Amino acid sequence: MRLVKNKIEYDGAGSVTLIPEEPEDMWHAYNLIVPGDLLYATAIRRVTTIGTTGSTSSSRVRLTLEIRVKKLDFDPQNSQLHVSGQIMNETPHTKIGQHHTLDLELNRQFTLEKGSGLDNEGSGWDSVAVEALKDAVDEGGNRRAEAVAVIMQEGLAHICFIGQHRTILKQKIEMSVPRKRVGGSDHDKTMTKFYQTTLDTLLRHLEFNTSATSMSTSDPVRPVLLASPGFTATSFQKHIQSVANTSTPALKCLLPSIVVVHSASGYLHSLTEVLQSPTVKALLSDTKHARETKLMDDFNEQLRKETNKATYGPREVEYAVEQGAVGRGGGVLIISNRLFRAQDVAERKRWVTLVDRVRDVEGGEVRVLSSEHESGRRLDGFGGIAALLTFPINDEDVGEDSD
Amino acid sequence: MSRHRVKAVSYDEGDYDEYDDGYDSQDPEEKEFLEECIRQVHSQLAAGIPSVSASREEVQEALWHYYNDVEKSVNYLRGKKAKEAETKKKKPATVPTVKAKEITVPGYLFPPAAISLQPAHFSASDFFRDSPWLNIPAHRKADIVVEPLYPRLGLLGGAPESAGGKMSKLAALAAARKKREGDKAPTPSSATGDNTQPSVGDSKESSMSLRERLVTRRAKQPDSSPSLRGLGKQPSSGQPVSPKKSSPESTPPVLSPATGLKDIANIEHTELKEEPPTVDIRASPSTFAVTIVGSDTRSKMTEPSHLYTNTLELIKIYGQDLAEPFDFAGPSPDDVVFNAQSSAKGFKSKQAASKPQGDKKDQSGLAGDMGNLSVIEKVNVKSKNLDVLSEYKKAKRKNAMNFVVIGHVDAGKSTLMGRLLADLEAVDQRTLDKYRREAEKIGKGSFALAWVLDQGSEERARGVTIDIATSKFETENTVFTIVDSPGHRDFVPNMIAGASQADFAVLVIDSSIGNYESGLKGQTKEHALLVRSMGVQKIIVAVNKMDMVQWDKDRFEEIEQQVSAFLTTAGFQAKNISFVPCSGISGDNITRRSEDPNVSWYAGGTLVQELEATEPYSHALDKPLRMTIGDVFRGSIQHPLSISGRIDAGSLQIGDQIYTMPSGETATIRSLEVDGELNEWAVAGQNVVLNLANIDPIHLRSGDVVCHASAPITNISSFTCKVLAFDHLLPSMVDVHRGRLHVPGRISRLVATLDKGSGNVLKKKPKIVPPGAVARVVVEMDHAVPLEAPTRIVLRAGGDTIAAGLLE
Repeated sequence: MRLVKNKIEYDGAGSVTLIPEEPEDMWHAYNLIVPGDLLYATAIRRVTTIGTTGSTSSSRVRLTLEIRVKKLDFDPQNSQLHVSGQIMNETPHTKIGQHHTLDLELNRQFTLEKGSGLDNEGSGWDSVAVEALKDAVDEGGNRRAEAVAVIMQEGLAHICFIGQHRTILKQKIEMSVPRKRVGGSDHDKTMTKFYQTTLDTLLRHLEFNTSATSMSTSDPVRPVLLASPGFTATSFQKHIQSVANTSTPALKCLLPSIVVVHSASGYLHSLTEVLQSPTVKALLSDTKHARETKLMDDFNEQLRKETNKATYGPREVEYAVEQGAVGRGGGVLIISNRLFRAQDVAERKRWVTLVDRVRDVEGGEVRVLSSEHESGRRLDGFGGIAALLTFPINDEDVGEDSD
Repeated sequence: MSRHRVKAVSYDEGDYDEYDDGYDSQDPEEKEFLEECIRQVHSQLAAGIPSVSASREEVQEALWHYYNDVEKSVNYLRGKKAKEAETKKKKPATVPTVKAKEITVPGYLFPPAAISLQPAHFSASDFFRDSPWLNIPAHRKADIVVEPLYPRLGLLGGAPESAGGKMSKLAALAAARKKREGDKAPTPSSATGDNTQPSVGDSKESSMSLRERLVTRRAKQPDSSPSLRGLGKQPSSGQPVSPKKSSPESTPPVLSPATGLKDIANIEHTELKEEPPTVDIRASPSTFAVTIVGSDTRSKMTEPSHLYTNTLELIKIYGQDLAEPFDFAGPSPDDVVFNAQSSAKGFKSKQAASKPQGDKKDQSGLAGDMGNLSVIEKVNVKSKNLDVLSEYKKAKRKNAMNFVVIGHVDAGKSTLMGRLLADLEAVDQRTLDKYRREAEKIGKGSFALAWVLDQGSEERARGVTIDIATSKFETENTVFTIVDSPGHRDFVPNMIAGASQADFAVLVIDSSIGNYESGLKGQTKEHALLVRSMGVQKIIVAVNKMDMVQWDKDRFEEIEQQVSAFLTTAGFQAKNISFVPCSGISGDNITRRSEDPNVSWYAGGTLVQELEATEPYSHALDKPLRMTIGDVFRGSIQHPLSISGRIDAGSLQIGDQIYTMPSGETATIRSLEVDGELNEWAVAGQNVVLNLANIDPIHLRSGDVVCHASAPITNISSFTCKVLAFDHLLPSMVDVHRGRLHVPGRISRLVATLDKGSGNVLKKKPKIVPPGAVARVVVEMDHAVPLEAPTRIVLRAGGDTIAAGLLE
């Protein structure tokens, strides 16, 4: 995402103008825009005019609309963000107060304005929002770290794209594979079919040009991780090799980027294991998701070893922060950005306050995990929030409160 | 068709309500109006020439049908009485034939008069009149029995209904009314002689059709009408619902004690009680009533009788417009009667348990139309309707037992079993030689025996068992099925599938130095825990590769001590653990005692002896059918779709309709194999291959559950289970295993940790469950899967088994 203009005041009010450049930026926008904000973007609106004779004619006009955001709808598969709300500016075609749903488009700038957050209009540019903005406008340029992972087992494959901030399951392939039988060759036959289907699907999602002419193009090929228990991934790699050697020579440029890793099963949650493997860590220049995964592992480890020095769940973590246990010297607050996307402003404020307190008052570390990532999903299992504590807290009493 | 069905259901319910209302409270205005109408009709009838007398009921009926049009009612009644007088004369001659008929067709409980008296009047319309009602139960479930309606249809002979049937309800009513006029005349006379009965007999009416009621009423009219006259209160509104009210009203006082008319059983009781008086009057016990009450034939099910009574009531009440929904594309009425009769005969000869199915098929034959609602059979597989359980008891079979072979990777499981099969000559020498040659060719000579079970090309190339393999062998009194499972940790899911099919387990331990130790840390332990948590009680430990340690007694004892200590903590009882030192590669102590002098210290039995010493297990034969599909494959040209697996509970036979869950699709069993041999039925505990028809393979996946439509398993997406934790339990992603079923899920809540012994709650909402603790957790899955309590499940994460337990 490109930051065009930044006019954020100290009191948290102000606006920014941004240009989303790639699909993942929509995800950032989704995390930035909160109900109550003002969004200024171009839109296409169908306008119906009634002539003097009563005849109607409708036409589509491109307008620049300003809306007060009411609802956000994010489509993770296609990375599309639909923002609906009430129109705030007057144009020749629309009236103030009419509803409109803006579809944010790539390479078209939009301006996001937040109130100061003091009144009841939105939450303002609080620390979390500014952090998210920084995250979104990553000038480092090293954010192309992307990989494609195929997590498979016999008769099942998940093709997913691992971005920096999220993991998108592109396709699930399921095929009923007969088991080995005495005198039956169905198993091998079906497995070959299964490999071929998986390969076809993978190439389609990679938008891989399989024609012979594409050999010369030097498009960077993303690393392809093949993961499976047992030998499925290895066999799949062999299959790709044999296809490359026989029917589709263009595949040869894909071969070097293939990495085979082990996973415990063919289900998506095995991705954690894949991302943890040393080969993959070395391969992906950006280690954000590796860091996040490690953080979750640390948390699990802590919980196992010193149960009272880690806690999870909204109420428990809040209690721990209150006690000052998430502070200097190892206190880490792990929070999923799902919580900040709460439709309810008060709910968001609750979490932002908690984050601010940990960071500014207690001096602890705050890590915001993307809920679209594997580690974020793991965190969601814990209620979206967890904390590593500096000293043990017995939160028995908290548990009893909730009963 | 669905339209009719819906209608039927709503009438069904409405009927009861109305029934009650009408009984208790009657709209006074209506009553008054009715009374007046009745008076008018009576006076007009008497005044007319020739003067006719009609019972109050008759008048009421007529009035009702003519929407209280006095004049039309009078005309109708007059015409009817005239015909009645005529037919009376014919009657005596025909009665005897009736009796004869009744005897020859024992399956049919015809009220004697009708069918024999009015063969000429029998028409398609009349026959089909009731069909929609027939269909309701048929469509609902397989166990609903509607069969006895056939005879009833037969008896309702009458003039054909010229109306096409496809018209508005009102028009249909009119048509039906017209028809009634035609057919009413013959019926009464037929009944007069035969059905003469005291007013008590009327109690039966509650489950007779309207027409029959008319018949009986007319029959008793001469003597009983005065007494009934006082009863007359009939609703007279012309609304379509009003007919319902007439039924309680026309029910004579005898029935009134049974106020809870909703309670069908109650009605039945009343009927039962009141049956005897009619017996001596009639020539034979009212067979019709017997049919209704006739729970003796279908006593197993309460449901059918309930619905059944129900249906009849509806027919009674809606007698007229039943003609409407029917098209006459079906067979001719005579054919229908004939079919019904012949089917009834065949059906009688069958066993009680099989009735519903046979019956259903007849129906679908009767009217193609009905096929939409009843179960369709594209490929018709005739079910022999065996009583599988009794067949099973009759069959003299050897005990059948399954055992799973478990152990760490490379402990020699497959080789040991290959040796066992080879020595017991379950595999012929030629095949073995072939394997040996091929194995040597790729430099894996020692794997030759394992190849007996490792059939997969990859398995052979890598020398590792990947998937479970089953094979069977027989000893003198037992048929054993070996389930050879993979030892590699990546294939534990497959091993779980294998273990779920096992009655007991053979744990193979590599006794060689180093391998034993690594195995104990690895899958030896995990497998043992898994089989125990899946309900296996007995375990035989085969201490393999003893030849590698020169049959060292100390080594054996060391292993025995350590492993038995571990197994005891895992929950095996000491008496259920036995140890055999053996060598798979040489075959010592497997089928034959070792001749090696070093083994002289061992006094116990061989592996086969230990296997045979195992007690057979009983299976839940009489529970509803449950079978987890282990494999879906193409059996042969004749059987393009086959599934295999072990029946967990219940029984099945050729021709059965099965349900596969979670897809909810039905299939027909075209043929089946038990342990590789064709059979007609199979029961729980047997390994079967089912060759299916009428289902798309896309609906079948290994891990699905096969059941009968009568007792389907439900799909759930979340469950609570009591588990023994092998590792720390946190809210996290897990793989849920149940036999072949393997789905992703997550532990969403830790409900409580429990006391191991008593099961009492130790701590609510624990933050973490430590290993070894028993806890209650909630597991959620992305997709609904067929699971039901009590099922043993295994939870795994990251390639390790973290918990196993029981669904609650």
